[in-house]
Amino acid sequence: MVAISIFIILVGLFFLLAGTIGLLRFPDFYTRMHAAGKCDTLGVLLCLIGMALYNGFSLISIKIMFIAVFIFLTSPTATHSIARAAMNCGITPWSKDEEGGRIEG
Amino acid sequence: MREFFLVASMIIGLLVLLTFYRAISGPGLLNRILGVNVIGTKTVIILLLMGFIYGRVDMFVDISMVYAMLNFIATLAAAKYLERKVSI
Repeated sequence: MVAISIFIILVGLFFLLAGTIGLLRFPDFYTRMHAAGKCDTLGVLLCLIGMALYNGFSLISIKIMFIAVFIFLTSPTATHSIARAAMNCGITPWSKDEEGGRIEG
Repeated sequence: MREFFLVASMIIGLLVLLTFYRAISGPGLLNRILGVNVIGTKTVIILLLMGFIYGRVDMFVDISMVYAMLNFIATLAAAKYLERKVSI
């Protein structure tokens, strides 16, 4: 059980690293949000499941799984609300054929 | 196992330091909000790992739950503030 939990936490750390690299490297606000929203949700979910597996079946594991369900529901909601605010503020999505790759967003 | 949790929390701390670049110098207000949201989501994991390191998971799991709720409410409040047409 310990080896499985270590493997799951390592996979979660890999997804967190990929999300951070995407957050730093992508050219536009919407693409950054794409990296941060999906990779962070999956990485945090895998880390929480690994820690709950390591802890065994108890009340603490039930609380950790509750945190996992809560983050699985609320993190895409937060990302969606930020994207809607950006659309209302008038930020246009990045495309290759206009102005040749601008960095602002 | 304690050393593994220590190394994992150090890796996540390094990722938080990398995200600070986007949270501090990101162009515009929305990039900063996104960076702060990502940092808050990683902090939940760091708090749980600290609980496993110190052997007090029963106390740290409640703190982590409260932090997840606070992070969600803060992000929703910031996005709601930007719902009007403002110039950023």
